Amino acid sequence: MSFSGFFKQKRSETGDNQNIDRGILVFENTSEVIRAESVLKSEGWKIKVVGPPPEIRTGCDLVIEIPLIEELNILRTLEKAGVSPLETVPVSSPLLQPVDLFQNKDFGKYLMIRAANMKLTIDKETLNIVNVSGGGCPDVPYLAQEMVGKTMAEAPAPREIGHTLCGYALQLAYEEILRRCSL
Amino acid sequence: MFAVAGTVPIQNFPLVAGEVFLEDDNIRIREMRVPVNRGTPALLAAAVKACEALDQGAPFGYLVGDIGLGDGSRKLYEYMTGHLDKFDFQSKHGTGLKAITFHYLQPDVDWHNRVLFTVKEMKKAPILIADAGFMYAAKMSGKAAEYDFFTPDVGELAFLADEEAPHPFYTRGFVLHEENRIPELIARTYKYKNGARCLLVKGKQDYVADRHGIQATIDSPMEEAMEAMGGTGDTLTGIATALIGTGMEVMKAAIIAARINRLAGYYAKPTPATRVMEIIKHIPTACNRLPV
Repeated sequence: MSFSGFFKQKRSETGDNQNIDRGILVFENTSEVIRAESVLKSEGWKIKVVGPPPEIRTGCDLVIEIPLIEELNILRTLEKAGVSPLETVPVSSPLLQPVDLFQNKDFGKYLMIRAANMKLTIDKETLNIVNVSGGGCPDVPYLAQEMVGKTMAEAPAPREIGHTLCGYALQLAYEEILRRCSL
Repeated sequence: MFAVAGTVPIQNFPLVAGEVFLEDDNIRIREMRVPVNRGTPALLAAAVKACEALDQGAPFGYLVGDIGLGDGSRKLYEYMTGHLDKFDFQSKHGTGLKAITFHYLQPDVDWHNRVLFTVKEMKKAPILIADAGFMYAAKMSGKAAEYDFFTPDVGELAFLADEEAPHPFYTRGFVLHEENRIPELIARTYKYKNGARCLLVKGKQDYVADRHGIQATIDSPMEEAMEAMGGTGDTLTGIATALIGTGMEVMKAAIIAARINRLAGYYAKPTPATRVMEIIKHIPTACNRLPV
């Protein structure tokens, strides 16, 4: 069976909404996929090596299927092991892209940066993080608790303590603020 | 009586079920105390304050610690599948469960489906409300239409409207949604059956909608700083839940809750650095100013 046939069969068996919380990690080459698989399995992650849909083939015939909600944690595990993927794509639609644009709102003394569903607000003079809002995953209140009241230099980066896509979105807002601070 | 199920950002916080009170900027459930910053504690604190003003009993909470690993959420999902149908025995007043709000829980479609099945099996199904992570799971499961009330912000509405998005992070194209696209996003949400019976879209303007479109818009008073504050959406969901818990019709409760939340925000005179507890304190005054 072709890779595309495999995916079509899987979707028709499970219904369109059943797999949309799954994603795939795309790597540079097969040996990286295998390394990543053994790293993740040894850490206890429930992942599968599968064939990629044709739309996102990058010359590699394998990708790793993961629960998307655990993406940040899994990426951290792989980064530690020195085997980071090229990209993560939701299984249900390879056309879906993570946010790569930001919105900002200037409140005078304060600046709010929004990435996807997460917003990070700082005091422009002191660089104190004054609020975190948006999101719906349970690490959002935790991230807010650990970051609010600290300066950008003191606060942990969301990717260090976050675990979900909301945490990942907050990381993007955090990086955008760092980028603006360095201008 | 109504119930709220969610998480608190404390890793080893045990699973606790019981009536919830507000004491010195902390919620108290049994002997456990949690500071009110945002998330489910903010929702519950707002609900407690609204209940005081409405002369209602304390809300019932199901809480567990979870910092994003999902372990606490899964424990709570499992507990609810075994206990929700016994709620009448837990309720002090024996009035049964009029409404239940599912909130900051790790999105997990399988567990979502099991919890929903349990609720549907109850003798008298409560009004079903979902926000935050559980709303994401409800949409991902394809069972959003079985809910009575969702309270998305504009970004989450874009996620509901995108029939293929698994999470607001991956919303195609309409992630930087302009507010003037809200009617279109609401229509698309219902077209793909990803909306609850009633939607309260929280934002610069609040929109109350059903499958026929926008039924009400609430835009005053307006405090721009509330957008930056964590927890202002949670307080709105908490107030709406408390009103629905009195037996009020869902759409009417949504409209009144939006007005109360805005008025409480106005009284707090917030800046983007204001903490949500400052708004919660003003909820009783706001409730008393509006005909509920």
